[in-house]
Amino acid sequence: MNLLAVVLLMPLAAFLLLLAVPRSSPQASRIGALWLSLATFLASVGLLWWFDRGAAGDQFTLDIPWISTPDIHFHIAANGVSIWLTLLSTFLTPICVLVSWRHIQHSVKEFYAFLLLLEFGLVGVFLAQDLFLFYVFWEVSLVPMYFLIGIWGHERRIYAAVKFFLFTMAGSVLMLAAIIYLYNRAGTFSYPAIVDMLASGRLTFAPGEEMLLFLAFFVAFAIKVPLFPLHTWLPDAHVEAPTAGSIMLASVMLKMGTYGILRYCVPLFPASARACAPWIVVLAIIGIIYGALVAMVQPNMKKLVAYSSVSHLGFVVLGIFSFTQFGMDGAVYQMLAHGISTGALFAIVGLLYERRHSLEIKDYGGVATAAPWLSTAFLITTLASIGLPLLNNFVGEFLVLQGAAMANFKWAVWAAIGVILSACYMLWLYQRVFYGEAGPEVRSRVPDLNLREWAAVVPLIVMMVWMGVYSRSFLPPVGKTTALVLEQSQVNVPFRVSIPGNLASFDAETRRRGEEMEFTAETPRRGENRYGDGDVFAPCSTPGFARRGSRETCSARAQDFGERTFLCSLCAQTSGRANARTTSRTFLEGFSLRLGVSAVRSLVSSASPRLRVNASSREVIHAR
Amino acid sequence: MQLWLIPALPLVGFLVNGLFGRRFSKSLINAIAIGSVALSFAWALRAVLGLDLTHPYTERYFTWIQSGALTINCDFTVDRLTAVMLMVVTGIGALIHIYSIGYMAHEGGYYRFFAFLNLFMFFMLTLVLAANFLVLFVGWEGVGLCSYLLIGFYFDKKFATNAGNKAFIVNRIGDFGFSLAMFYIFKNFGSLDFGAVFGQAAGKPESMLTVIGLLLMLGACGKSAQLPLYVWLPDAMAGPTPVSALIHAATMVTAGVYMTARSWSIYIHAPAAMDAIAIIGIATAFFAATIGLAQNDIKKVFAYSTVSQLGYMFVGVGCGAFSAGIYHLMTHAFFKALLFLGSGSVIHALSGEQDLRNMGGLRKKIRWTFLTMMCAAIAIAGIPPFAGFFSKDAILLAAHHRAPWLYWVGTITAGMTAFYVFRAIFLAFFGEYRGHEHPHESPRVMLVPLAILAVLSAGGGYLFKVPEYLGAVFPRMEIPEDPALMTISTLAGLAGIFLAWLMYVARPGMADSLAGAVNGLYTLVYNKYFVDEIYGAAVVDPVVNGSRAVLWQRVDAGIIDGAANGVGDRAQEIGGALRLLQSGNIRSYAAWVLFGSVVVIVAMAVAGGVR
Repeated sequence: MNLLAVVLLMPLAAFLLLLAVPRSSPQASRIGALWLSLATFLASVGLLWWFDRGAAGDQFTLDIPWISTPDIHFHIAANGVSIWLTLLSTFLTPICVLVSWRHIQHSVKEFYAFLLLLEFGLVGVFLAQDLFLFYVFWEVSLVPMYFLIGIWGHERRIYAAVKFFLFTMAGSVLMLAAIIYLYNRAGTFSYPAIVDMLASGRLTFAPGEEMLLFLAFFVAFAIKVPLFPLHTWLPDAHVEAPTAGSIMLASVMLKMGTYGILRYCVPLFPASARACAPWIVVLAIIGIIYGALVAMVQPNMKKLVAYSSVSHLGFVVLGIFSFTQFGMDGAVYQMLAHGISTGALFAIVGLLYERRHSLEIKDYGGVATAAPWLSTAFLITTLASIGLPLLNNFVGEFLVLQGAAMANFKWAVWAAIGVILSACYMLWLYQRVFYGEAGPEVRSRVPDLNLREWAAVVPLIVMMVWMGVYSRSFLPPVGKTTALVLEQSQVNVPFRVSIPGNLASFDAETRRRGEEMEFTAETPRRGENRYGDGDVFAPCSTPGFARRGSRETCSARAQDFGERTFLCSLCAQTSGRANARTTSRTFLEGFSLRLGVSAVRSLVSSASPRLRVNASSREVIHAR
Repeated sequence: MQLWLIPALPLVGFLVNGLFGRRFSKSLINAIAIGSVALSFAWALRAVLGLDLTHPYTERYFTWIQSGALTINCDFTVDRLTAVMLMVVTGIGALIHIYSIGYMAHEGGYYRFFAFLNLFMFFMLTLVLAANFLVLFVGWEGVGLCSYLLIGFYFDKKFATNAGNKAFIVNRIGDFGFSLAMFYIFKNFGSLDFGAVFGQAAGKPESMLTVIGLLLMLGACGKSAQLPLYVWLPDAMAGPTPVSALIHAATMVTAGVYMTARSWSIYIHAPAAMDAIAIIGIATAFFAATIGLAQNDIKKVFAYSTVSQLGYMFVGVGCGAFSAGIYHLMTHAFFKALLFLGSGSVIHALSGEQDLRNMGGLRKKIRWTFLTMMCAAIAIAGIPPFAGFFSKDAILLAAHHRAPWLYWVGTITAGMTAFYVFRAIFLAFFGEYRGHEHPHESPRVMLVPLAILAVLSAGGGYLFKVPEYLGAVFPRMEIPEDPALMTISTLAGLAGIFLAWLMYVARPGMADSLAGAVNGLYTLVYNKYFVDEIYGAAVVDPVVNGSRAVLWQRVDAGIIDGAANGVGDRAQEIGGALRLLQSGNIRSYAAWVLFGSVVVIVAMAVAGGVR
């Protein structure tokens, strides 16, 4: 039995089991939900145990045909990113059960059933390898969240639930259309198969076609993230949702968007992703600053935290679209860190709400006197949230900003303003809620944490410290997967070539059809390392390479994306229409660029320079 | 050598006291907090004496962050510069911990206070031991956190928590510069390790090093309270007085100077950045000293004095006299810690009174406090042979070497420094007592640290020849001794003391009449040039109000949500119109079916489909 399938199906089984519990005993539902969700978490920890941290590809693959026409498979697998997001979901679900213990008093059974169904949907989204299956899980996760907000929410819950549903649906419809289109073009829903076809050139898109597909996926994900200006559903949904709903929404559901971008938008449509990157980065940076500024002036605690999520998720998007290893690693780390720390913020705000029955900041003050441990827990979470070193968010923010700085230093300058502002809004919140004189309401109605609440809060804090102090426990598998994504994202994307001296007229312009040079790098497959260092290899006119727009690729395992010596020969055969092709090869064992067509406007020399490729800055540098 | 023990011991103290201190007795809390710092001092001493520090000694522990080509290790390193800092931090830290036993004896949150102090020691020691920029940044942010927690120690007081927030946020602005400097360094050097970065610095273009130097300087201006980011430090006096002494005078605020000196190999190739540091330093020194002239709160006087003295250190490192800057950092730690602890003893004696106008004549009542504070006052005034003379002289000499005007402004500032410090001394200890308390001398546990610091303030300049010790660390700077300059700056100090004596002891009415004569100027200085008000009106209010009125209420709720709801409304209208068709009335459906069939048939007929 595939353990991954067990982890995925356990919440579904738990959901069904819980439905069988008699409605008359809510305590049985609570206890049942707690044990079942804990069991799922334990199973997912087992997943981690058997996970090969050194491998980049999919693991625990399970592929069962589900529907024959169209060809849809129940195809799941985990990689170095999705395994952590799966663990995040299974880790937070028992915590959600604990914090809802007293908060949810009516329809208890249904509440926990929906919570577990939500977990099923979320885990499914992260594990699905079949585009259709992915879409099914995407929608499955939507439904229980809709009910969690609509049934157990606060006063304006119906408005918030409908708004949430409509925003997400608007995106999903576009994505569904894109998935169906993709199926028509590729003949399969299988994600790995499509990626392979793209890599080998068996599937190619016209630029406009690729851009439309990219945008269809991207809008769906951007709404979920949410990226400015598509974020306004989030504050409403958070304010009205019950505590557990807020936690799952902020900590896991938003990551469906960023995970989708990383997993689908970038590897499937790399050229469009890169072309749009400057625009998307601008939106991400606006989100970072705008979210922080708006968070600062919120009178409602949950709204404040919701806007802070807009700001934090902006960092994730910035990291992904920096197209650097640091940025992508940081983005994934920030997803996990935000999941933990914002989950904790919502959990503790929920505990305050249970006591004082208000989310308005002005109704508090002096909680530190009345409930010192609760205040300490919130303080640590606050510090994690504002990116203090040795706590989790710092590692992610640092890597994202470093990645942004590598890509374009101005991006880092702007985004770092968000780090200043995060201190403003969080510390101001903390001061108004926890410091000051305790009023009579707070003094009498806000007791400190009880045992059950300790059990919910302490694991979160442990994770904040662990992730902040020893990121090596988490980052290596992430790095393997992001390196693969980065490698996949090189397909069909031009390198900027700058060569001094006799090759002075290399230029960076792309897509100038009619007067372009094609420049293709190719790596040997593993074990196929025929060429020694310093060899020059120059097949100038490969027969199968004649058609313009075709792509010559290779596939091999990427080990590292640092700076590598890239020996190649550029052989120019300028045809009458200034249209020549060049093939070059790297000779490093295991190094794969999957450079597809790289357009170089004019090439003059037929000399054989040694080139160095800097994959992070996407530059080919001439080196003697 | 297990260098990690030096910061780890106070960390253990923090964890034990922080988690369980509430149930502990005071003596157990003392034993844990002070024991851990004392052990840390002993271990640091052992490291400093036992290691050959002519070359940096580095220990590697574990990889903290690794991503692609970026590897950040948790490494600690000791060289002579670190050694000086280690001794100052653990030594003064231990003394202030001991002093706090007496000072905090009657305060609530006793365990919390000592836990935070220990946490501060952990971060400060991490800062000075760090072997790369990011680990230094851990300490840098961490000490800022502890500063925030301890400024807001009396968290039921609004002014205290406001001051804490202000400190943290203003420091964040500095950290913005520091972190950008790190990103820029990594982008261009491919590493954040001190060894790798400083080794490559000489070969990099000057423009790049200037950018790095200026960004690092922004960080240093935040932490070391220089113009324009000094505003948080005077407010930071809301914390308990031992905190002011340890964090906001002796150690944390000097981190910017330390970091600048540590990065000397970047700065010497970026002369523009050095000049900027020197100019900011001298401007801050002068500016803060003028404010210090007119403050009535004894801690505020010394707070502005700290800002001013930090300016001197900046002048030192900005003129290339890195060792002089560090020298002044050390002597300043002695005498300024003593001034703060002494004023704490005064405040303790007067049951919380901080206003100089309600003091007076205390020299007979709290004799030991008076005598020790005199040592510190003479030292800060730069009178030989006290400690401050040597270090200030070294800085002024280097300033003169760089540009004579720096020297002259520095000398005038030295005169003002002597004046305001002795003004505070004379107002507090001379004349007649003007308050209504019953002054009592502090307990011995507070007086012993005062006495030790008094000895250090008096003789520290002789005892610890820092410039010679650091000779191997920094590039050599040959500046000839100049007795004339030395004499002038000493005379400036004496003149300041004399003037203070004249105005506050010999002719007590003179100060008021002088203030009346230059009323406008006095009001300006007394109100600290209204800098806080200007920042509030120019930065804080527009940002907050703009975010509320424009971004939130107009953009978010108005435009974006308005658009979304507009789409919803249109959809609802269309749906509403379509709904009329679905009346549930069978006959109307039948009519529609008939109508539809007719339309279809007609359409097919028109299209020629029916034959």
